[in-house]
Amino acid sequence: MICAGLDVGSRTIALVMYDDGVLDSVVIDTGVEPLQRCQQLLAGRSYERLVVTGYGRHLVAPVLKGEVVSEIGAYAAGTNYLYPDCGTVIDIGGQDSKIISLDDGGMVRKFEMNDRCAAGTGKFLEVMASTLEVSIGELGELALGASNVVQINSLCTVFAESEVVSLIARGEESSAIALALHQAIATRIVGMAKRVGVKPRVVFAGGVAQNRCLHRLLSDKLDVDITVPGEPQVVGALGAALLTKPMRRGKRIVPIVHLGGM
Amino acid sequence: MTTDNRQMWTDLGIDLERHDELLNALLPLYQETYLSQQNRPEGMGSFDFVVGDIHGIRVRELRQHAMEGGKVVATYCVFVPEELVWAADAIPVGLCAGTQFSVPIAEEVLPRNTCALIKSSFGFKLGRICPYVQTSHLIVGETTCDGKKKMFEILADHHPVYVMEVPNKKTQSSRDLWLGEVEAFKEVIERLTGNEITADKLSQATRKVNDRRRALKRLYGLRKANPVPISGKDALLVTQISFYDDVNRATQQINTLCDEVETRVAAGEGVFPTNAPRILISGSPMAIPNWKLHHILETAGAAVVCEESCVGTRFFSELVPEDSSTAEEQLKAIAERYMNIHCACFTPNDERLEDIVSLAREYQVDGVVHYNLQFCHTYANEAVLVEKTLDKAGIPLLRIETDYSDEDVGQLRTRVDAFLEMIR
Repeated sequence: MICAGLDVGSRTIALVMYDDGVLDSVVIDTGVEPLQRCQQLLAGRSYERLVVTGYGRHLVAPVLKGEVVSEIGAYAAGTNYLYPDCGTVIDIGGQDSKIISLDDGGMVRKFEMNDRCAAGTGKFLEVMASTLEVSIGELGELALGASNVVQINSLCTVFAESEVVSLIARGEESSAIALALHQAIATRIVGMAKRVGVKPRVVFAGGVAQNRCLHRLLSDKLDVDITVPGEPQVVGALGAALLTKPMRRGKRIVPIVHLGGM
Repeated sequence: MTTDNRQMWTDLGIDLERHDELLNALLPLYQETYLSQQNRPEGMGSFDFVVGDIHGIRVRELRQHAMEGGKVVATYCVFVPEELVWAADAIPVGLCAGTQFSVPIAEEVLPRNTCALIKSSFGFKLGRICPYVQTSHLIVGETTCDGKKKMFEILADHHPVYVMEVPNKKTQSSRDLWLGEVEAFKEVIERLTGNEITADKLSQATRKVNDRRRALKRLYGLRKANPVPISGKDALLVTQISFYDDVNRATQQINTLCDEVETRVAAGEGVFPTNAPRILISGSPMAIPNWKLHHILETAGAAVVCEESCVGTRFFSELVPEDSSTAEEQLKAIAERYMNIHCACFTPNDERLEDIVSLAREYQVDGVVHYNLQFCHTYANEAVLVEKTLDKAGIPLLRIETDYSDEDVGQLRTRVDAFLEMIR
């Protein structure tokens, strides 16, 4: 049975087609008309079931006749499929950051999520990258090349930006400022992780997991090896594809991979 | 009728333009949040009627009372002993403080990082958009948090205000202090009304307020059934309305509703499927028209079955003993009863932690959602202890911090969906 998993995020839309294994995965920008983008993405594809996750799930699912699952449930299922021994998921996306603790069966035990603001998310990095005149893809590399250390105290995107501006005015190197921004995010994520409890294996997923600097800082601060999947930005869509409509078996949501005996 | 209302609002000094905007926002919100629900008890009709004319009928009654020389006493908190107000033939009215609408008005004066409840209530007075506060002769505040305490000082420039001191501990000296506050409040009300609060009057008042408490207890008791016979939103509304409705009418309407809900329970009829996750909400109060969290939870497939809140069990679970004979004994009994409200303003406040666990068990909930108004420091910090306690008891908990605005609804839905997936 072919299942489609769609993760409608604030920055990107990811699609995973699944049948006994991943058939295809695609990532596109969300843009301003996510519903049309999703329709285009699915046009011409055949599947028996569609599960939608991500920020736009309640917008898209009713129109495309899909079921919904939260990003937290989707990331848990996707990570558990890729790494059955995973105990903790760090998911940093466009406007949310989440720490998900999994039990031995791969079910969500506990989670923490950032508050409403963009602090500690991909959006934060994006704004800062543009202030430092680099692309979001270059920001992590820039920070890794830093030779000295400065401090950013604020995590609010607006306040941090003005801190960055004054650091630039002070003549600080942009690499040092970039590193300071990563440090600030890492500190915040570590705080959330400690509230949930960190249990190896720790998997870092979501678009921001492509950032090598943050990967390294989180490993250092948590003092644990952190695994980043090959395509961290599609883990949610993969999880959605794996989850059928939340079904009860006892108190558990049962991933379809287990139901199908795969 | 509507033109009559407009004349009345004008007489009360209401800013009609702003007030129109408020009502134009409120009624569609009510439509969407309440009238869209399936299979509601018919008895909710009378509550719908009250909301439909929220600034009309009841205000008219209060105005009438005032024109006949009676007094109206406005309050914001369940610590103000309403028995004393009724006993002096005055009418207490719990003020609205639950909408984003009045927040920007308040932010012209108050710091932004003040809780939404304080800002909303202050904005209602400053913007002259609440006919209840305009009708009232006195606002009675209390010292349950630092934000309110200071807000009342600023509010006093705009309206007569009296503040009761609620102690921070539950020791004997704190209890003595509170008894003194209750005695002083009795004198304040007597002076305001010119009426003496006799033992007789006080016991009548105590009985009628207790009757409403009993009716609400009865309603909440029925929510223990599975399937739950009434939505959390509807039960919340009943509690919210009983803050400002006439006490006898509220009691009668709640009991009528209960009669119907009882037959539902007997027939095994419910508003949600039996497997809908049952949720206890605990934390900051939800003043009318704050229905945000209940709406998110119940449209996500959960059933809210109880509120451990000042707009919930803390409002009615304790009765005042009715067997005291002298006015002095009655005052003591009243003071003692109000000291049993386990508000986060107290330290320590272990009784609240115990209450949450026992309510979770009594109502057979699948999880607790801790509701915290942003910048409400007492509940935010107490939430750490709530989490520890529930962890030990093996009861799942979701902590929500929010305000009255809609901007975080998407993120709240994600949290709520994930929590429900987790506990289903």
